[in-house]
Amino acid sequence: MKPVIEVKDLTKRYPQSKSNAVDCISFDVHQGEFFALLGPNGAGKTTTISVLTTTLIATSGTVRVCGYDVDTDPSGVRRNSGIIFQNRSLDENLTAEENIRLHAILYGMYGFRPTFGTMPTDYKHRVEELASVLGIEAEIHNPINTFSGGMKRKLEIIRGLIHSPKVLFLDEPTTGLDPESRRNLWEYLSDAQQRNGVTVFLTTHYLEEVNNADKICIIDRGKIVSLGSPDEVKSDLAGAYLVVDCNERSSLIEELDSLGVKYEVNRRIKIQVTPSEVHKILRNIETPLSNVETQDATLEDAYLKIIGEDSWS
Amino acid sequence: MELSAVVALAYRDLMKLIRDPIRLVTSLIFPVIFIGILGGSFQSGFGSMIDYDFMHFVFVGVLAQTLFQSSALGIISLIEDRQNDFIQEVFVSPISRYTIVIGKIIGESLVSLIQGIAILGFGVVIGIPFNISIVLSLVVVSVIVCVFGGSFGILVLSNLKSQRIANQIFPFIMLPQIFLSGVFTPIGDLPIVLDVLSRLSPMRYAVDLARGIYYAGKTEYDSVVLVDPTVNLVIIFGLFSTFVILGTWLFVRNERK
Repeated sequence: MKPVIEVKDLTKRYPQSKSNAVDCISFDVHQGEFFALLGPNGAGKTTTISVLTTTLIATSGTVRVCGYDVDTDPSGVRRNSGIIFQNRSLDENLTAEENIRLHAILYGMYGFRPTFGTMPTDYKHRVEELASVLGIEAEIHNPINTFSGGMKRKLEIIRGLIHSPKVLFLDEPTTGLDPESRRNLWEYLSDAQQRNGVTVFLTTHYLEEVNNADKICIIDRGKIVSLGSPDEVKSDLAGAYLVVDCNERSSLIEELDSLGVKYEVNRRIKIQVTPSEVHKILRNIETPLSNVETQDATLEDAYLKIIGEDSWS
Repeated sequence: MELSAVVALAYRDLMKLIRDPIRLVTSLIFPVIFIGILGGSFQSGFGSMIDYDFMHFVFVGVLAQTLFQSSALGIISLIEDRQNDFIQEVFVSPISRYTIVIGKIIGESLVSLIQGIAILGFGVVIGIPFNISIVLSLVVVSVIVCVFGGSFGILVLSNLKSQRIANQIFPFIMLPQIFLSGVFTPIGDLPIVLDVLSRLSPMRYAVDLARGIYYAGKTEYDSVVLVDPTVNLVIIFGLFSTFVILGTWLFVRNERK
């Protein structure tokens, strides 16, 4: 089956910039997948999603969404995409229902009608149903500037899904939300994904948001550092750890320095290893150890390894 | 679909105005000052030297200038939308870019028209002579002037990056045009340099078209009107098409850079 999103050698350099914001990246996303593009600020996530959603022109490379080329057939891409931007994109002058109605008209679902009452019955039912999912039946006709940040985000998701897109793009959707609103939003999004079977393309720098992803792409300084399932990314980037401790730490640290291994000193000493190296390192340590333990890397370890190489001495 | 989208976008602008009545009231302050104070003082100072009523002359000029300027300024809200990101929602929808621009021009024109009707009402109050056919003709001209002003706004603002820059630049583009277009004073006999600049000012054709219609059949016509309204209409249509095509192209290009 053909991928829903195909990105091949995508490069973007902004005018007057000396380096590429996105540098020759390639990946595919398949129907129904939850794909997460993860990276620190400035890694190229928003640039990538902007090209995919046709709001930015690539410098080179090809990008196809639902079979439509973003350059030659942006309208086809837009018809099949729902987009939640990093910054709020609701019209604060309108009510929640008016925002949804404007969207539905712009996507050709209904002809223009000046009021909710004059809209077709199926539209009214749909809005009432969505309002009940959000629990805002009483507020659906209120101006959205009376809504909380989390509620506005949910409203944007509802709006983004109302034209039944094949792909839902979310650009750091939980930025600025409190932890409870974030959790609520993810529960709602996960529910919406299951109900609609939509492909989700997410950019984020929050690790906990990618734990349930089918595929993770870690990007840094415009390049892909790792791509695969969460397990593949973990083993690809961080391997495992040997956690040790002893009574004479200074002597152990001297030994580790002379062995040239990477380690981190916290409550105990955490040595970065590949599974095949564990035995070799232990054989070379002469300082008597009081504690030895092996640990698998977490996604956090993998991520921190990319964005914080300096934390390893 | 495209037509519905145009109407929906225009309706959105109208709703914004209806929900913000203070904006309508404040937008009437300057036309009232221009007509009442400038028109009145010019008439009492120079009225005896000319063969037409200065108050009427200034009234029609200010009506056209206000509609042109208000529509152009209204397009500024496209920059505001771009900054608060509402426009992204519109730009990622499958409608044509021209639909977005036309919807915006029509929306701002409707907003300006409401302002224009209020100015006409003010004209009645201060005793500007109207009859039904002049009022209807002026309403038609007002629609043309508003749409023309909106297209000018698109061209100017297509290259501006922020509301702040737009606010700084707009007076430099609008103020000279107000004087070069003969809103307050006759421009039939300008020095060559000012005459060239005047002919380069789009507002000139809007003001002269409005006067051509208001003074049609009146004895003052030859003293006040520069060229036949048909000529103004042709020029306005040419400039409108150029502004919309070029403005939209520049706006979209900058949007996706």
